[in-house]
Amino acid sequence: MSTGRETVLARIRAAIGAEQGPPVTGPSATGLGLGPGPGTGSSASDPGAGAGSPQADGVTDRLAGRRHEDIPRDYLPVHRDEDPAALLDLLHENLADYRALVHRSTAADLPATVARLLAAHGSRTVAVPADLPPDWLSAAAGVAAVVDDGTLTAVRLDAVDSVLTGCALAVAETGTLVLDAGPAQGRRLLTLVPDHHICVVRAPGQIVASLPRALPRLDPTRPQTWISGPSATSDIELDRVEGVHGPRTLEVVLVTES
Amino acid sequence: MSGDTFLGMPSFPAAAAESTRNRRLRANLSHATRTIREKRARAVAELTDWAELRAAGKAIKDHTLRHLDRYLLQLEAAVTAAGGTVHWAVDAAEANRIVADLVLATGEREVIKVKSMATQEIGLNEALAAEGIAAYETDLAELIVQLGDDRPSHILVPAIHRNREEIREIFAERMAAWGRPAPEDLTDSPAQLAEAARLHLREKFLRAKVAVSGANFMIAETGTLVVVESEGNGRMCLTLPETLISVVGIEKVVPSWRDLEVFLQTLPRSSTAERMNPYTSLWTGTLGPEGDGPSAFHLVLLDNGRTTALADQVGRQALRCIRCSACLNVCPVYERAGGHAYGSVYPGPIGAILTPQLRGTTSEIDASLPFASSLCGACYEVCPVAIDIPEVLVHLREQVAGQGGHRLERAAVKAAGFALDHPGVLAAGERVAGRARGLLPDRLPGPGRGWTDSRDLPDLPGQPFRDWWKKNRSRSRSRSRSRKDSR
Repeated sequence: MSTGRETVLARIRAAIGAEQGPPVTGPSATGLGLGPGPGTGSSASDPGAGAGSPQADGVTDRLAGRRHEDIPRDYLPVHRDEDPAALLDLLHENLADYRALVHRSTAADLPATVARLLAAHGSRTVAVPADLPPDWLSAAAGVAAVVDDGTLTAVRLDAVDSVLTGCALAVAETGTLVLDAGPAQGRRLLTLVPDHHICVVRAPGQIVASLPRALPRLDPTRPQTWISGPSATSDIELDRVEGVHGPRTLEVVLVTES
Repeated sequence: MSGDTFLGMPSFPAAAAESTRNRRLRANLSHATRTIREKRARAVAELTDWAELRAAGKAIKDHTLRHLDRYLLQLEAAVTAAGGTVHWAVDAAEANRIVADLVLATGEREVIKVKSMATQEIGLNEALAAEGIAAYETDLAELIVQLGDDRPSHILVPAIHRNREEIREIFAERMAAWGRPAPEDLTDSPAQLAEAARLHLREKFLRAKVAVSGANFMIAETGTLVVVESEGNGRMCLTLPETLISVVGIEKVVPSWRDLEVFLQTLPRSSTAERMNPYTSLWTGTLGPEGDGPSAFHLVLLDNGRTTALADQVGRQALRCIRCSACLNVCPVYERAGGHAYGSVYPGPIGAILTPQLRGTTSEIDASLPFASSLCGACYEVCPVAIDIPEVLVHLREQVAGQGGHRLERAAVKAAGFALDHPGVLAAGERVAGRARGLLPDRLPGPGRGWTDSRDLPDLPGQPFRDWWKKNRSRSRSRSRSRKDSR
């Protein structure tokens, strides 16, 4: 295993060695003590490793070593108006465009809305994360909650009719729901195996305009699932068909304060 | 590249001569690529800053490649710190060995797979089969290819050469041999075909203990891996099994979490023409005590020719590729020849520059790939990381020519060079051709026959353009000017 590692690193250094330029200050690179030139375990047989580039002139050198933070990012942070009402409408429109069923509700009406959706789907069982706000299911009489205490298996979930969760945030421009196993979301398999997913989004707090707005709010060390509409495929004649392995029905409840 | 399944492939022109005669293939391909071309153009036009996103994507990838050793080490440290194990594979054989040993060590004899170009490239399924391990493809198109005992012909949609009737036949005939049979009354409606795949694969998802995936991006800063997909088979494979093995090309690393804001805008729009693909999974190492996902995670970093490409200052831009397949969908050569003619899991324009760099240009098929293009430049135009494919094609042609080149091409270029250097010869030739046009056959004889099998010869004009110009244009110029004046 380690021979493969040294060989690959040596080949990379041989390929780029002479062009590396000054030390890169990539994200957190310094904290890991990964300096330029001959790194961990490179041997004298690396032709390019650590060659440095004393002969390179200043301009080429700077270009070659352009720092990560100098990458031109002239693209837009958002493409649309960030007015909360406009974002709510845009999210609604884009979710619906990819065949999610979108509903609006006030916070007070949420239990009734959830109950109505479960009844309309004919669901008798609904999987929920252990920390689901208790009132969300308070009006769903006749639907048994299957609470995930961390031991629910995929086989058990396969026999559950629906799943109800919240989300971490939603991206209006792309019609995307992000789940990161945070509050009211549960483990990833919960929203994967049942065929019907109801996801609650709180407006305006959980809605951002764009990806550049979303990423700083997310923690990369948490497992994440980004969901943009129900499961789909374009594999037959490059034509989009909804519904393969993930939930075939995605319902989104956009909750406003009043 | 091992490319076992492609061993003994004829050169691109020979393979294309075969495939362009296949009317059904051409109809399937032109229907599918036309559909996606129009949709992509609309999806891209929604973003007014597309050019800037493209420039940023290119710059991020170039920067990463220039410091690839450091970013890989940073990635390795981050993945290890998060509970994963990192392996390095110099070539296909080494990667296959590593994966097979990891699977055997679990005691399992079957794995489920997320669609992955890297594992196609190294022929992993065949290598695992040789060890007695069954690998089940779970992407719909890969399933169609696997059940049909077929080869992939497109990066995104490996079964693009199959239409719905063919897919129905494959499912009806072959599913039973692999697991749950197709429903008795299966029709060719795409929704029913997708349903059949759902039922067939679900038992495999629920049973599997080991999954093998690739990744679209690896983030050096955090050790996070990213898989974009549509169907949910990726989520199944990345979430349900106990052991996850990801085989990823070393060029897939990007420096920072923030860099995703560029690629997750450009990739879905370029690939499936969507604002965002239905599902994206992101995970970092193993998922700890909550049990949210595999408890063992192995990352196999794959070289397999990539460092050779990296050493080529012109050719290395091919390593920026994010495998969106937009270049295939706009390519007139791909649309007519189909993916199989390229003799590689990477077909189309990107394959024509990637395959010869990964495999070298010693075989007939690989030496012919840089010539499998009209250099029209449509591929460069749509590339979300601005890979100048025509530039690399020309560069690789020079390399092949340096090895001796193609005999017929050398003769043709020599003849053309002579005529163009001697205007009298050219003019005389054009006039003779014009007067003899009644004698022109519908089909070319000799080596040109294959070309006209799938095309109509253009009509020759009655006189050369230069003669027409002399006769008409010198007189009419004064007339048109006076017309303009009278307005």
